Amino acid sequence: MGATMAEKILGRASGRADAKAGDYVTARPDFVMSGESAAGVYMRMAEAGVDTVWDSERIILFLDHYSPAPNARSAGIQKMVREFARRFGITHFYGERAGICHQALPELGFAAPGRLILGTDSHTTTYGAFGCAGTGIGYAEMAYVFLTGELWLRVPETIKFVISGTPGKYAVGKDIILHIAGLFGTDAARYRSVEFHGPAAGALPLSSRMTMANMSVEIGAKFGLFPPDEAVFSFLKGRAKGTFEPVLPDQDASYEEVHEVDIEGLSPMVACPPRVDDVVPADGLEDVPIDQAYLGSCTNGRLDDLAAAAEILRGRKVHERVRLIVTPASYEVYREAIERGVIAAIVESGGCVCHPGCGACFGGHMGLLAAGETCVSSTNRNFVGRMGSPEARIFLANPYVVAASAVAGRIVHPDAL
Amino acid sequence: MQDIQGRVWVFGDDIDTDVITPGIYLDAPMEETVKHVLEAVRPEFPAQFKRGDIIAAGSNFGCGSSRETAPEALKTMGVGAIIARSFARIFFRNAVALGIPVLQVERSPGCFSQGDIVRVDIENVEVLNLATGEVVGGIPLYEDILDIIRAGGIIPLMREKHTGLPGS
Repeated sequence: MGATMAEKILGRASGRADAKAGDYVTARPDFVMSGESAAGVYMRMAEAGVDTVWDSERIILFLDHYSPAPNARSAGIQKMVREFARRFGITHFYGERAGICHQALPELGFAAPGRLILGTDSHTTTYGAFGCAGTGIGYAEMAYVFLTGELWLRVPETIKFVISGTPGKYAVGKDIILHIAGLFGTDAARYRSVEFHGPAAGALPLSSRMTMANMSVEIGAKFGLFPPDEAVFSFLKGRAKGTFEPVLPDQDASYEEVHEVDIEGLSPMVACPPRVDDVVPADGLEDVPIDQAYLGSCTNGRLDDLAAAAEILRGRKVHERVRLIVTPASYEVYREAIERGVIAAIVESGGCVCHPGCGACFGGHMGLLAAGETCVSSTNRNFVGRMGSPEARIFLANPYVVAASAVAGRIVHPDAL
Repeated sequence: MQDIQGRVWVFGDDIDTDVITPGIYLDAPMEETVKHVLEAVRPEFPAQFKRGDIIAAGSNFGCGSSRETAPEALKTMGVGAIIARSFARIFFRNAVALGIPVLQVERSPGCFSQGDIVRVDIENVEVLNLATGEVVGGIPLYEDILDIIRAGGIIPLMREKHTGLPGS
């Protein structure tokens, strides 16, 4: 019997070539990543009396959740991470100068096919777009990895989604993953690896693949993997750090479930609060007036996303009752968006462009919601209280819908403008 | 490991970590965070939760963000155990890493009513509802996971690994 991508990658990382779904292995990640939560890791290390790290060249650190720090407490957290980086001579410390970890880490060439990367953030699954097994862990476990370079992992069963068809106008990867969440539920891939196959998956740009791998965790997945192809290899040319060994699943790999997903003519989708799997087409919503439109995050803050919004916003104005907040996912995205006139189009329409970072997506800062407010957001979670007040409502949508809704003052399909 | 006995708090499916510890308090000290645990779905929870109380939830408990503050806040409040029909992956790992007894059990929360006294035996995979006499089974934990919980979490294990001295 052949092996899935998860079995092959964990098999290699644990030195157990025969690793099969259900096995527990001790795996050695190729790289580990942390953000401000490295302060939590540092505290756990101190609790354990640990004052060394296993490999200062395999730890990648960003400051993305609170940059620039909105208050003294978060500034203190960032100060701890800077001290940690200095003290242990962390080679790959990027501070606030790179952007959101899940965008910047691939841009910097770490997320290469066949690798295993652990991060202290649930959206570490994003690297699956590059055939790289990424998954989230907590601070205590990361402290253990920082010390030992290894961690127990269960080799997950795999669910295969075979995607076919051509999505409708203005529908992108965000809509496919929301559609999948709507069909199968937020529990569908809990503790499983997901592989995305089929002609429609291979035709997707990397930006859309990253959105889908990113939001795989919203259906519970440990990994959200695309078999790596030419698009990945050409992206990594001149970027990849070190060598890597791409992994493809075997033809006769054993899958727990296989689902055919037809996206022919798929409409832009909206996930209604407070569930990621309560999904309806954007033009099927009742009248939903909005107070804020948010474009950004590791889910949809890429150049393609900002350009999609600019396409809608050119020659239009953001509705007078609405604030449009835009956070590019990284500095690379920000620079290119400036060069291509995308940022100018957003600003001219009345949008507010903020520093690259996680911002309001996790309820931190730069665009939080008051009680009774409604936001349409390109982010990943519409949970109660996710972006501020527990009495605010968050509707998740793609960048076209976010921009069109910002103009209309209510959630609309872009065709409605 | 001793049996764990306590009063049960009943929750449904898909309780996420943003609801357990809201993002707005992520930079706050733990003593402030615990005042807001689960308040969005159960406003009385922070004030009325007593040390030793047990959480019985439905499926996918702890879904969403990887924030370790979620299990840490519950541990700080003195949670005796968390039982659920299923756990989200990262929350489960974090709870184990912090030494919180967790158990995946059948028919949760259906077999429990708010305030029932229950006894949880994670080694024998059994939960007894003392209020009804009903016994609920579940899925055994992998032996290494049990060892981490028995040790009080991964920090004492790290200390042992680093210093060669037994963890405490």
